[in-house]
Formats: sequence, structure tokens, C-alpha cells
Amino acid sequence: MPDPTTFAYFGLPGYQALWLLTLLSFAVFGGRVLQHVRILARARPDPRWDHLGQRSLRVVTEVLFQRRLLDEPLIGIAHLLIFWSFVLFAATFFWGLLRGLIPTLPISYPDDVGSIALAMELFAVLGLAALGIAAVRRYVFTPVALERSRDATTILILIAVVLVSFLALSGFRVLTHPSEQAWRPVGGLLSNGLLAAGATREVGPKWYLGMWWLHMATVLGFLAYLPFSKHLHLLASPFAVFFSSLDARRLPQHSEGAARLPEFTWRELFSGLACAECGRCDRACPSFQSGLALDPKELIRKVKEAVIASERSAVADGYALLGEVSSDQVWACTTCAACMERCPVFNEHVPLLVEMRRALVLNGECPSRLQQVLLSLERYGNSFGQAPRARPKWCSSLNGWLKDARREPVDYLWFTGDYASYDPRVQPATRALARIFQRAGLNVGLLHEAEHNAGNDVRRVGEEGLFELLVEKNLAAFHSARFKRVLTADPHSYHALKHEYPPLNGSATVLHHTEVIDGLLQSGQLAVHHELLRRVTYHDPCYLGRYNGVYAAPRDVLHRIGAELVEMPRNRRNAYCCGAGGGRIWMEDTPVHKERPAEARVREAAQLPGVEMIVVSCPKDLVMFQDALKTTGLEHHLTVCEIAELVEGAVTP
Amino acid sequence: MKIVVLLKMVPDVVEELEIAPDGKSLDTTYLRMILNDSDNHALEEALLLKERHGGKVCLLAPDAPEVDDALFAALAKGADRAVKIAGIDAAEGTRAVVARIVQALSTADLLPADLILTGAQAIDDLDGLVAPLLAQTLRWSHLSVVNQVRFDASTGVTTVTKEFPGGLRAEFEIKLPAVLGIQSAEKPPRYVPVAKVRAAMKSLQIDSTTVPIAAGMPALEIQSMAKPSAAGHAEMLEGLPEAVAGKLCDVLAAHGLL
Amino acid sequence: MSGNIWVVAALCRGRLLDATYEAVALGRELAENLGTKLEVLLLGHELKDVLGTLGIADAVLCVEHAALADPVPEVHAHVVARLAGTRHPQAILVPQTNVTWELGSLVAGELGVPYVNSCTELRMVEQTLEAHTVLYGGKVEAIVRTKHAPSIFGLVSGVRAVEKGYADHAPATERITEVDVQPTSVQLRRYLEPEAGDIDISKEEVLVGVGRGIETRDNLEVSKELADVLGGAICGSRPVIDQGWLPLSRQVGKSGATVKPKLYIAAGISGAPEHVEGMKGSGLIIAINSDPQAPIFQVAHYGIVAKLLDVLPALTEAIRSRSRRGMKQYA
Repeated sequence: MPDPTTFAYFGLPGYQALWLLTLLSFAVFGGRVLQHVRILARARPDPRWDHLGQRSLRVVTEVLFQRRLLDEPLIGIAHLLIFWSFVLFAATFFWGLLRGLIPTLPISYPDDVGSIALAMELFAVLGLAALGIAAVRRYVFTPVALERSRDATTILILIAVVLVSFLALSGFRVLTHPSEQAWRPVGGLLSNGLLAAGATREVGPKWYLGMWWLHMATVLGFLAYLPFSKHLHLLASPFAVFFSSLDARRLPQHSEGAARLPEFTWRELFSGLACAECGRCDRACPSFQSGLALDPKELIRKVKEAVIASERSAVADGYALLGEVSSDQVWACTTCAACMERCPVFNEHVPLLVEMRRALVLNGECPSRLQQVLLSLERYGNSFGQAPRARPKWCSSLNGWLKDARREPVDYLWFTGDYASYDPRVQPATRALARIFQRAGLNVGLLHEAEHNAGNDVRRVGEEGLFELLVEKNLAAFHSARFKRVLTADPHSYHALKHEYPPLNGSATVLHHTEVIDGLLQSGQLAVHHELLRRVTYHDPCYLGRYNGVYAAPRDVLHRIGAELVEMPRNRRNAYCCGAGGGRIWMEDTPVHKERPAEARVREAAQLPGVEMIVVSCPKDLVMFQDALKTTGLEHHLTVCEIAELVEGAVTP
Repeated sequence: MKIVVLLKMVPDVVEELEIAPDGKSLDTTYLRMILNDSDNHALEEALLLKERHGGKVCLLAPDAPEVDDALFAALAKGADRAVKIAGIDAAEGTRAVVARIVQALSTADLLPADLILTGAQAIDDLDGLVAPLLAQTLRWSHLSVVNQVRFDASTGVTTVTKEFPGGLRAEFEIKLPAVLGIQSAEKPPRYVPVAKVRAAMKSLQIDSTTVPIAAGMPALEIQSMAKPSAAGHAEMLEGLPEAVAGKLCDVLAAHGLL
Repeated sequence: MSGNIWVVAALCRGRLLDATYEAVALGRELAENLGTKLEVLLLGHELKDVLGTLGIADAVLCVEHAALADPVPEVHAHVVARLAGTRHPQAILVPQTNVTWELGSLVAGELGVPYVNSCTELRMVEQTLEAHTVLYGGKVEAIVRTKHAPSIFGLVSGVRAVEKGYADHAPATERITEVDVQPTSVQLRRYLEPEAGDIDISKEEVLVGVGRGIETRDNLEVSKELADVLGGAICGSRPVIDQGWLPLSRQVGKSGATVKPKLYIAAGISGAPEHVEGMKGSGLIIAINSDPQAPIFQVAHYGIVAKLLDVLPALTEAIRSRSRRGMKQYA
């Protein structure tokens, strides 16, 4: 075959033409990437060089094997094939480019090697099939939040051209040299087809050269186009994954929040460049699904647009991202972290939104009902605006067997939380739990009026100063008490106490009540007298499940008391938020276009055959689902029950 | 525009109020004090005026438990100066308090001012309202139950909107200086984040002024205090929602309302 | 101790407010108690129309002057104070409406006598006037005494039934046109009407009032449904109006409308005095609140401690099914 780079075209040697194209492409690519890097360099530092092993491993599982993409199996496998085709074709491209730019190099072109040619043919075919699947999915069975954008179409076509041009090249090679057919089965087929269509072997070399240039030029064009497109993700995502947060549920340390570009961390800004606009976040997001203002994909796109706009504008540092992102969007997040759980490039939507909330709060801009709640929390230590002295009123009917942990030492310090203490709809469950502990002979005490809201959601609405104040007050209360372990029935308090407080009482473990009950049932301290014998389903609270991975304990408890558990389609790490978290329960109920998260969730449960009860293990879930059953009219089909109430029924002789 | 805002701490009714053993005053064991609600609106209106027209907002408050917290929060919101009147007792009576406020305005150098804003009422107003009495003593213009203050910088005209019954409002033109009793600000009082209040506590200070007791003011003699008797209490209906609804239907039917 | 009892009438755009009749009713009792006369002080300009309903009083002092046409508090207060200085009434009763809000304090200030705010009851005890007043948002009642003459009393709305102070004839009328008008720097410019086009809640026979406790719009919806089956309308307390969930024309209370429907259902309304004064004259009051301590239960005839979303739909449904049954009977 003629060497495409030593061949002269209208007097211009091929390698010189290739140099021209390459320099042009690299210049465009490099210039753009450099612009991006410059913006990132000005962002808030956030060094992430720790745990190199763990980070590398994550790159292997999440980039090389794309574990998260396989959550949606069909497109996941297709994407994995396209990815590996890309890896192979990128490698052979650079090999071929090197050889082409320096024709004197004593190496051959990659596809001159038979086995490589075979591999390339194989992956070209697989890649094209996968592209076909991707195209059909995007244009025929378009999923929610996937766009039929020109960008996406361009890229699909470019990849197809790269793969098809290689296969065609292969066909023309076989047309010229039938002996190469052994390593080029597709080329052989194409060659036969060409012959059958009347082509002569003489046209082979000319068309081969054409295809070679088409292939190389397309890849070079692709390279130049890449940083201007969402497909920058294919370069950015390995970095995004490597520098992802190893504990993404934690919020950034106290900052004054972020509104303008340099106030965000480099990784937050980088999320825009890494995003592939695949829409997995939107498809998981309860706010988006219910038609609220928040659109996580759009949010990340805004980050990207801001980075790009700031490259163009002179006022780069003053560019206000918050503002481009509306405050309605910022407030609509429930912080359920479903988006982050799904994001294939490990973008961190929740911390990003919380940083913006911090900036809004510091500026005094927050929804009016939330303001009232924050004032109540600051003054009374609870979100209900009730007197601190009314906090332990729920247990006044229990004959005072619950101890005051400030007066006498206890094994378990029970941190009740606001909803369990003050909300009349939750109090029965709180009392049921107390009676379980009494039956099990547990040594439990309360902090009474010295307990304050743990501040989990206060932190998540961005009122960091108030969070710190609540922590101080609670720590003072903890210091005045003697206890071995902390327990709570509220997943939000659980998360805060476990991860966002300094160690309590030295190193007291923090337990969720389902973990405690599970232990009591396992050890026989609690005996089951009446098996429940009902089909139930269980809702994983975000802050117990996704945030803390406690999936087994509540399920074990249900199993031990004889309930038949039927899982909802979205369970465990894919569980669907009730809509209350992140302070949403403290904000005005804005009208939604579609179903509210809690309503969608009870409908999901109602579709399970034979299931007549949703079991919850979070006070806010109890309240949200009780309301949702009424607004959806499902109250005669389903009931909501706190797990403690079921356990009490089972262990009472 | 120079604005003085009078702030007053009142008993917080979220905590259950108890009567002291003397039967004439509140038991202070669990009593907490909170900024009077309409004073908070007065503060907000003053801050809005400052944002629109510039100038200074100065706070004047009788000393009381937790008043420092309220004053620092107000400073954090954007007030320029805070003064508290030391050694004052709400039991002196509104007239005596007003007399002390008038003195404090000059000892603390708060006059001249264009406007004095305060709440149209407080939940512990027993013997008179501060705003009208103060205006009368200073011989300034006055209106109360105000929910909007507008100042036209080009004409120098101040217009004030007062709430009347039935959703009716009346717009007045008022000459400055004036004392206004604010019912509600144009916007709900703003939220000030804890971090800002703490910063204010660290970097700012509250001035204090002492003025002599105003003697000889007409005051009231409290004979007794009591929590309202439960005599006028509703008949409570209990049970599951359906049962309660049924009982209510019976009541409605008995009154010929169905 | 033989001075008369005065009631200062509360006039809004030439119309007597109900609070005036309530004050007249209380003043009548006090005058009987003291064996003295009850006079209504009417300040304004061209007042003929309103005299015909004040017959419960012994006399009306009708002070007419162009300067009194507009409700400028300091001008009115000065006139009242000067008249009191020459005629020596024993007590001056001022209904605490938004129109007369400043009046009591200003008159007391000018005369150098005490003012008693928020009175619910007045009587003579041991040669001294004793007043019951409400403090701390209705959480405490205080009894105070004053020996000054005159003493000035502000009356909360609803101290007596309006009918008790209302008559269909006019009492003896004394016209006073020579008055000492104080110059003022407060000028009425115009009245701003409440948003038009909405219903007039004061004319409804059934009202469902919603308050801070409704929290979500769902509760607003279920309240509306209940109002619909009862053939009534929905109204609200200040927080709901401020929140923008209902128009200003639906506000009940001190700054809103005073309503007296046959049935008032208070849903999630805690019962702050400002709201209660606007609805306490209702025929039957049913209160639903999740807080058993809510003061609204002291005003209501029937009370339920529950969440709105539990009770309101159940009640709506119960009424619907009962009216269906009723129709069957007649069919």
C-alpha cells in the first residue's frame, strides 16, 4: 500500500499536510484547555492528593469498568463498548500520527500489524453497534433529561465516521491485497461487496489514501472540537473521578459560601467540564421529578457556562454563578444525594448547592418560612417554635422511668430530635420506642430541655453559624451527662452526631434505633411474642441509607418480627427521597407541576401486590407519608408505620 | 436621613407565663425576654429607609434581660449605633419610661433626628403607648399603625400609610421630624445569620446611658394578675377524625347550619 | 364624683365602627353603676347621618369642624382633651380601633392622667374605677385601679355585644362648633381601597378562617373544600395574608374585616387578640388546632386538637354524605 504521508498531494508531501493539520488541531485544543486550567487555578484550593491507592482504585472501577453507568444496564454496556473502542482507537491514532509525522521512524502503522488490525475491526464493529443503541435510545426512546442536542449528534456522527472510515480503509486494503483478509474479516466482506458492485482492484490504493486521511482528519477535528463540547468529559472524567471526594456526604468546612466564581473550589468548577449531560442526576432527583425548580444537570451546565463565560469576559473574577443559578433552584434541593450516588463522574451537587445556600443566607436571603424556623432554632433550639421545657412532654405519661442523663449515669443517651419530641403525629412512635426499651430493661436517659436540634438540616440550608451554635449548646449538654452510647430514632440527628460533631464523651458510638432494636432482638433481650405476618415494604431514609449505609438493620428487624418484606423498585442506595430533607420541610410548599416526592413514593409502594403498609424509620418520613396518603387518596389502601410501633406490637406478650 | 429606632424587650409568650407569689407580677424564674414584634418591624422599616436614602439608624432600648442579643442582632442587620438606657424598670410605667427616653435621646446625642420609629404596640403596654406619648412630649408629628413610610428625596415629602379597618389604608403626608408607630414593615423583618451576629458581638459595642428617674408621673396600681380562667373554654371534641367529624355535623345540624 | 362617662366614637369615613356601639354598651352599664350620664363624643364634619343609632347614650356631643373631617389623631385628641378640661367627665372610653389607636394615649398625655390599655371590663370598686385588662397577647389578665378623673380607658374590641349599644333612635344632641383646633403637620392625602373584585367576607354567613398553622397549600385546599360544602368562603389571619396565600380582602382582625358569620371555623388559628377581635362575635365558633394550649379555644364554642389535614377532609366528607342522605329523604 502507498504510505499516506510520503505520498505527495498536489506537490505537498503527506507528512507536511499532516503536520499542518496536527498543529492546528493541537493549538485549538491546547489553547482551550489552557483557558480552562487558568480559571480552575484561580478557584478556591481543595487539595485532594490523599489516599492515592483508593483514588486509583476508584479510577479503575469507575472509569475503566464504569460501574455506575451499569446502573442503567443497556446503555451502560453500550457506553462501555464505545469507551473501549475509543481507548483502542485513541492509542492507534497516536501511534499512527507519530509514524505519519516522522515518516523515517522505523516502525509500521498500527494496522499494518495483523492482530491490531483485527482488534480494531472488532471494536469498530462493536462500537458501531453500541453507537446504534445509543442513537436509538437518544432519538427514538428518549429518556427523561437526555437532550437531542446538535452537540450530541455531532459527536455521534464524528465517532461513527472515525469507525466507519477505518472499516472502509480496511476494505480497500483487502481489495488491493486480498491476502490481508486473514486479519481483516470485515475488510474482506467489504472488499467482496465492492467487487460485486463492480469495483476494480486498481481503485484500492486511491480510496485507501482517502479513507486514511478521512480517519486522521476526523480524529484531529474531534480533538479540536472536544474542549468546546460536552464530550470534554472523555478527557476530564478520569481526573474528575480521581479527585472526587472520598466522603462526598460531608460538606465543605465552614466557608462563607460561594456566589462568584473564585469562591467555588476548583473541583466544583471542574464538575462542569466533566459533565457528560447524561441526565442520570435528573432522573434520580426528587425535586426535578416533581417539577420543582431544581435541575441538577442544568445546574452543572450553568457551572460550565460560567467557567466559559468568565474566560471570555473581563470581569472574570466577579462573574456571579449564583444569580445564573436561581435561588429557587438552590432552595429546591432535598440534599438526598441521589444525584451524587448516580453521577458517573462523581460530581458533587449537594455541597455545591449548600455553598450557594451559605452565600444566600449570609446575605439574608432565604425563604420566609425558613427564616421563621431559623429564628425558632436559634432562640428555642427547636424548629417548632415551642418552649425548650416542652421538649420532654411526650414522655410525661411514661411514669418517669426514662432517666435524666444529666443527673444519673446511663448506658444509652437517647437524643430524641425535634420531630420525635414535638410533633403530635410522631410522639406515639417515640413512646412506643420508650416502652420497647423499658421491656428490654435498657438503661436509657434523655437530655430533656438541654437537648437542641442537632443541626443537620440547619447546616444543609447553609446556616453554618447557627449550626455551630447548636453544636456548642448540645456539646455542653452532652458534657453534663454520663453515658456510654448515643442512640436516636432520627436519621438526620444520627448523621450529624456521628459525622459532624466532635467525638461525644470521648468516643461514644452513635446508633440508630433500628440498630439498637436489631441487637436486642438478636441477643434475646427482646422476645417476639406475636409475629407480624403481614406483607410490608420499607422506605430507606436518605440520611440512614445513602448517607450512612444502614440498610441491613431495619430489614433484619422486620424479618425477626415476622414481617414479609417486599422491596419497592427503588430501594437501598436508589431509594427515593420523601422530599423533607435539606430543610425542605421548613420551607413553603411551592406548587409543583407534577407529583410531590412523598406522593410519588407512596404510589410506588401502593403498586406492590399485597402490600398494605409502608414501614419507616425516620420521623420526617412518618409525617410526609401520612400527608401524602391523604393527598393521593391512598389512605384506605396503605398505612404508614414507624418501625418501633410494629416492634412494640410484636414483643408485647 | 437620621432615624432612631426604639426597641423594647417584652416577655416571651412561647414560654408559659407564671404569676409571681405576690399575685401582681410575672414570675421571672423561667421568664425570657424577646424583642417586641412590632419594634422588630420598626427596625426593618428603618433599615429599608436607610438602604433607599442613606443615613444612619440608631437604636435606643431600655436595659432588660437579653437586650444585648437583640441589639447586636440589629447592629448585624445594618444599624449603625446602639444605646441602652441603664437602670430602667418597665414597672415605672410608660409615662416615666417615655420621660427617660426623651432625656436619653439628648444624653446619648441621638438628636436631632428625622424620624423616630417604634412598634405601634407591645404586648405589655398597660398604661399607654410609647409612640404617641413620645411624639407629644417632643412636639413632633405622629401617626401609629403605620405599614409604609416613603420619602421622596426630590420634593422632600414624607408619606406614611396607616392601616384602617377592613383592609382600608390611608395615606398621609407628614412633616419631619416625626414619631411613627410601625405596625408592620413593607417586608417581613430580615433574617440575620448567626455568624454575622457573632461578628458584631466581637467587633461592635453597645453604648449605655444613664438618666434620672422621672418622678411624679401618673401611674397605675396593679391590684392583681391572673391567667385567664378556663371558664370560657370551648367544649372539646375528641376521637378519630371520622368520629369528630360526625360529632361536628351533629353540632352544625343542631344550629341549623346544614 | 359625679362627672359623666364619655365614649369617643370611632368613625371611619363618616361611618360608625361597631366598636363604638360596644363601648356605648359598656359605658351604659358603667353610667348606671355610677348613677351618672353617658355621653358619646362625636368628632367630625357634617355628621348628621350617624346620630340616629346612638340612642343608648343619654346625649351626643357632636363636635363639628372642618379641621376634624380627617382622622388626624393629634387634632382630635387635642379637641377631646380641651373639652374634658372644661366639662370634667369621670371616665373617657376609647374603643381601640386603628382609627382611634393613638387617641387614648394622646388625650391622657395632654391631661396628665393615666391611660389604661386593652380593657375588657370596667366597674366602680371602693370609690375607685377598676379595670380588667389583657396583657401578653391574652395570656394574662390584670386588674388595675385608677383614682384620677378623668381616667382614660382603651377598650379591646368585643367588650360587649354590638346590639346592646345600638338603638334606632338618636339621643339628645348638643352641637359644638367652637373648638380649639391645633395646627398640625399631618395631612390626609387619600384613602387606598382594599383590592376590589373579591367577595366581601363580612357578608358571608359561613367562614372558614385559616391561620399560621396551615403550613402548606394542601391545607388551604382542604379548607376551601370545606367552605364550599358549607356554602361559605375562606378567610385568614394576618400571617396567611402576609404570606400572600390569600388577598388582603380576606383578612380578619384588627387591620382586616370584622366578621360575624353564623358559623366561623378557625383552622390552625392560634387566636392572637388581633385576630380574635375580628371574629369573636360569630354565632358559632369551632376551632381546630394542634396546640391544646392555643388561646383560640377560649373563644371557641367547640374545639378539636388535631392536624387540619386529618379533620377538615373528614368533616367535608361527613357533611357531603349527610346532605346526600338528606336529599334522599325528600326525594
